[in-house]
Amino acid sequence: MLEIKNLHAKVGDKEILKGVNLTIRDGETHALMGTNGAGKSTLSNVIVGNPSYEVTEGSITFNGKDLLTMNTEERAHAGIFMSFQAPIEIPGVSMTNFMRAAVNARREAQGKEPLKSTDFLKIMREKRKLVEIDQKLMNRSVNEGFSGGERKRNEIFQMAMLEPTLCILDETDSGLDVDALRIVAEGFNKLRTAQTSAIVITHYQRLLDYIRPDVVHVLIDGKIVKTGTAALAQQIEEQGFDWIKEELA
Amino acid sequence: MRSEQQYIELYHEVSDLIKSRSCEVMNSVRDEAFETFRRMGFPTRKVERYRYTDVDAAFAPNYGISLSPLTVKPSAYIYNIENAPIDVSPYYHQIADPLDAITALNTALVHDALLVHVPKNQQVADPIVVDNWLRGTAATMMNRRILIVMEQGAEATIIMGDHAADKQQFLTTQVIEVYCHDGARLDLYETEETTPLCSRFSNVYIHAGRDCSVKHNSITLFNGQTRNLCDVYLRGEHSEVTLNGCVIGGGTQHIDNNTLIRHEVPNCASTQLYKYVVDDKAVGAFAGKILVEKDAQKTTSQETNANLCASTDARIYTQPMLEIYADDVKCAHGSTVGVMDEAALFYMRQRGIPETEARTLLKNAFMGQVIDQIKFEPLRQKLYVKVEKRFRGELDKCEDCRLCK
Repeated sequence: MLEIKNLHAKVGDKEILKGVNLTIRDGETHALMGTNGAGKSTLSNVIVGNPSYEVTEGSITFNGKDLLTMNTEERAHAGIFMSFQAPIEIPGVSMTNFMRAAVNARREAQGKEPLKSTDFLKIMREKRKLVEIDQKLMNRSVNEGFSGGERKRNEIFQMAMLEPTLCILDETDSGLDVDALRIVAEGFNKLRTAQTSAIVITHYQRLLDYIRPDVVHVLIDGKIVKTGTAALAQQIEEQGFDWIKEELA
Repeated sequence: MRSEQQYIELYHEVSDLIKSRSCEVMNSVRDEAFETFRRMGFPTRKVERYRYTDVDAAFAPNYGISLSPLTVKPSAYIYNIENAPIDVSPYYHQIADPLDAITALNTALVHDALLVHVPKNQQVADPIVVDNWLRGTAATMMNRRILIVMEQGAEATIIMGDHAADKQQFLTTQVIEVYCHDGARLDLYETEETTPLCSRFSNVYIHAGRDCSVKHNSITLFNGQTRNLCDVYLRGEHSEVTLNGCVIGGGTQHIDNNTLIRHEVPNCASTQLYKYVVDDKAVGAFAGKILVEKDAQKTTSQETNANLCASTDARIYTQPMLEIYADDVKCAHGSTVGVMDEAALFYMRQRGIPETEARTLLKNAFMGQVIDQIKFEPLRQKLYVKVEKRFRGELDKCEDCRLCK
């Protein structure tokens, strides 16, 4: 599904990714762990095409397509979704209008008619239940006045609406209490199919207790330095990253 | 030769004709107004209230003056001033600033005037609609004069629209004098949907007595060059006034709003909210002054000007001003100039919303706050649609216009 080769990227003049290689097959969930500033968020932003990041070398292919020639919205239409670490507030744009614009833009890209209003609202209702998100939030502006937990649930709700094939969860567990974490993780699990793949970025084992990864990678200083099974995450939880750095040295 | 010279010559040529087509009350102040104009000429940009508009350049083209009679469709409350049901001499050219060059020129050249009169305690349910159509086969100057008299306890909504029917250069001067007697309630909406060939100079003067509620909404959807002045005189206690503005500029459009609210008596409230979205090479300017006189205790006043610069070539000038001579008041003023929220744009695009659509949604959301405040619901709904169309570039001519189709 996703193949990243020798990826280098920078923000401003600062090189952050220094040769990342990563292959994700259909249906696989990969966890990405690493120290602060290692480049985890940069990698996810580069995959979704954030214009603030510049790719200087390497390639990313997604289902055979050259992702780096596509703009942000084209990548979204192709089925890539990122749950933001800090979801953005958009005052004056209601959740309902925002979602309708997103769903219909995707349908248009697929050559489908826009959804009828009644059908759209019906789908909204069904998907809301998945992540236990209140109807009253749908009439508010996007993320405005949402609590930290509501914002993260809202990200998973949007994921449910857009049915992506590659989901990137960028520190979805940060700022969540135990119950909210469970609701968000269970919501995500309900959306998984044999075809959907995921990259889960996290600092903690707890999220991985709910979302079982097939593969765990450790990113340090812009490179993937270690790859293992779920047991690797467990080991990091207990021993930190120092032992990996020592191995490298 | 500066531009005023041709208007001075014009007056000498046509003043007799104008007088013959006009009425006593208008003629009685005409020569004096002309004399003021002749003496002062057009204001330069050194004149404080004309800093942001080049008046001389706007009046430089050789316009023909329109002297065709005003057509007033028979409807309740609207009159040609000649057929006024009341004596208009205590109102005509009484509150307008005689030393403003635009007002002086308008008073000298205007031959016809419209009166909206709402009698005592009359509550008019349906809005009073005044549509102004600019028509002409050559560059034309229109001088428009409107008098609004709200008697004691009268209530009304007045909706005025400026439209251009022909793709032609038009120059409009407008003076509106509004008199709200004690207890009157007035919602006055002005919408401009003209063309890039149009220049508009509008001066609105509002007098409010006791216990009045006055709202003035100025909406510039499409234009060429526009300069709107609005002066409010709060002269009776416990009155409230709201001035709102919604400005959308693109291309090389120029929009300048200039307001003055004079709190002359205690216990009044004033609120202003002006929002601008300027794109391409458009220029937006807002200068608003709140003047609280010595005895106007317990005044509350809020002035807000918020601007969105959607391109790097667009320009915004903003100048909120407070001048307070009383010591027990609550006044605030502020302005902001921002650019497109890049983080929000990226967020929307990641969800698949194309960039142009995302920009439209953000601009629309920004303007929504002003449109939300429009009380008359059918107009509010219509403006939501029009503002969105404007941002989508689908409103390049007045769409209600029967003549454009």
